[in-house]
Amino acid sequence: MTDLVLQPVALAVFAALFVLVTVMGFMGARWRRGDLDTLHEWGLGGRRFGTVVSWFLLGGDLYTAYTFVAVPALIYSAGAIGFFAVPYTILIYPILYSVFPRLWRICLRHGYLTAPEFVRGRFDSRALSLAVAVTGILATMPYIALQLVGMQVVIAALGLQGTGLWADLPLFVAFVVLAAFTYTSGLRAPAIIAVVKDLLIYATVIAAAVVIPMHLGGWGKIFAAIPAAKLTLPVPGPNTLGSYGAYATLALGSALALFLYPHSMTGILAASSGRVLRRNAALLPAYSFILGLLALLGFMAIGYGVGHAPQYAAGFHRYGPNFAVPALILAAFPPWFAGVAFAAIAIGALVPASIMSIATANIFTRDIYKVFLKPGATDLQESRMAKLVSLVVKLGALAFILVLPTTAAIQFQLLGGIWIIQTLPAVMLGLLRWKLRPGALLLGWACGMAVGTAMAASTHFKSATFALHLPGAFIAPGYAALYALIVNLVVALVLSAVLNAIRSAEAATRDPAERFGF
Amino acid sequence: MPKTPRPGATFWRLLLLLPIVAVVWVPFYDHVGPTLWGWPFFYWYQMLWVLLTAIITGVVFLMEDAGYADDAR
Repeated sequence: MTDLVLQPVALAVFAALFVLVTVMGFMGARWRRGDLDTLHEWGLGGRRFGTVVSWFLLGGDLYTAYTFVAVPALIYSAGAIGFFAVPYTILIYPILYSVFPRLWRICLRHGYLTAPEFVRGRFDSRALSLAVAVTGILATMPYIALQLVGMQVVIAALGLQGTGLWADLPLFVAFVVLAAFTYTSGLRAPAIIAVVKDLLIYATVIAAAVVIPMHLGGWGKIFAAIPAAKLTLPVPGPNTLGSYGAYATLALGSALALFLYPHSMTGILAASSGRVLRRNAALLPAYSFILGLLALLGFMAIGYGVGHAPQYAAGFHRYGPNFAVPALILAAFPPWFAGVAFAAIAIGALVPASIMSIATANIFTRDIYKVFLKPGATDLQESRMAKLVSLVVKLGALAFILVLPTTAAIQFQLLGGIWIIQTLPAVMLGLLRWKLRPGALLLGWACGMAVGTAMAASTHFKSATFALHLPGAFIAPGYAALYALIVNLVVALVLSAVLNAIRSAEAATRDPAERFGF
Repeated sequence: MPKTPRPGATFWRLLLLLPIVAVVWVPFYDHVGPTLWGWPFFYWYQMLWVLLTAIITGVVFLMEDAGYADDAR
């Protein structure tokens, strides 16, 4: 098998853009200057991002580099089912609009920087808050690792490879850059870099959507080349929801989970007002449109036949379908533009990876360090701890990628989605004045975690969908996260109702819901 | 803390249910025809709903936001 060829022109363009964003990342510290020795400024950018900056920041945060590689890869290998990313990113906006401006306002009022902090204040429970905090950290770690996978694929496509330690050098350099600018500039760095990243992504996708169909003889030809079994979802047989159940629940479950991830929460809380969030719920779908076009690069890669081209065989051998988009970019574009496109993906990995490490650091500092290890920590101690944790978290993600096979990160991230959605009752229902009991929520969380993990284990962590057998021999395949969430909700609601029924009227007046300032 | 008027939930918000129904009901759009500019229905229908969701959310925002001061949170 011939190795991937070094692409000097693409590499030069790529390196130039990478240096540009590095400089911008460091300069971010001075942008809208604030006291970076406080966590509020380092970890939340001082809650000063208006509509435009929030649009770029949330866009760069939610539509990650790994998404941009993995979604077309799924379309390439599995067909229509991979398009669930589009309904998923449609469904997030009604949720963003109706739920999160309220959370934003409450967090501003109480000075909260994280979701577990809100949960602790709302339910007056350190245990429930700790559960939400640990879930957030666990779910985010593999997500950061996957961003590095996205970067790895692009670096290989540029033809940079070596043996032994040299093989990992480019990734290590990118990592050091990422860690350094996050450490010095905090959330301002990804916010400023997101602008460049998004412009590059838009340019790449729009160019691909115009140039490649022209080359292949139009969109009709692209779709015509796809086998019927891949072009639409298979129609379910009798007594099963079949692929329809999987498609709809994957979209719905992923949408419900998205804003519970710490990095999404950080992006949301950094907005300057709830109004900015509501306005962005109408403006952010532009990214979903781009994601839809990008997903179809998977079909274009089939049309181009990159899977059979000998010059890309080494890439497919090592990265599987994840190499489809990089191979298509190399095949369809002149080298300089391939450099732009690869830079878009790599920089697209830096933005979410940076925000994720900041979000994890905020949670560790506010919800573990300050609550259990050092109550009464000063602002300076807080921000120092957070900066340190952001380094540790990224180092962990790097070690994860270098030591374990990529499939481990993917399987762990699949579990992360199932886990993070279990914080929904505490975070989202906590916004209501319902008298939910922290003990009931904690037990619901534990049941949801256990059931979801068991469902994933039953597929040997290969699939996120679980075939639920209902009475009457009816099978409902669906996203395990959503099924586990239903178990969680039932336990939390029923147990709360029981506990409330047996307590005295006097105890009911002392419920946290009565005392919390909504 | 002075109470600032802020937009609350209105009936306009029910419009946000439309995109949910439109994409969760898969049998409605899982077919090839009718095609549009070569795109099978399955794909262009969902892309169309991206645009419609943006428009619907924008309408709800404008309706709920009307009459509130610029600094309303």
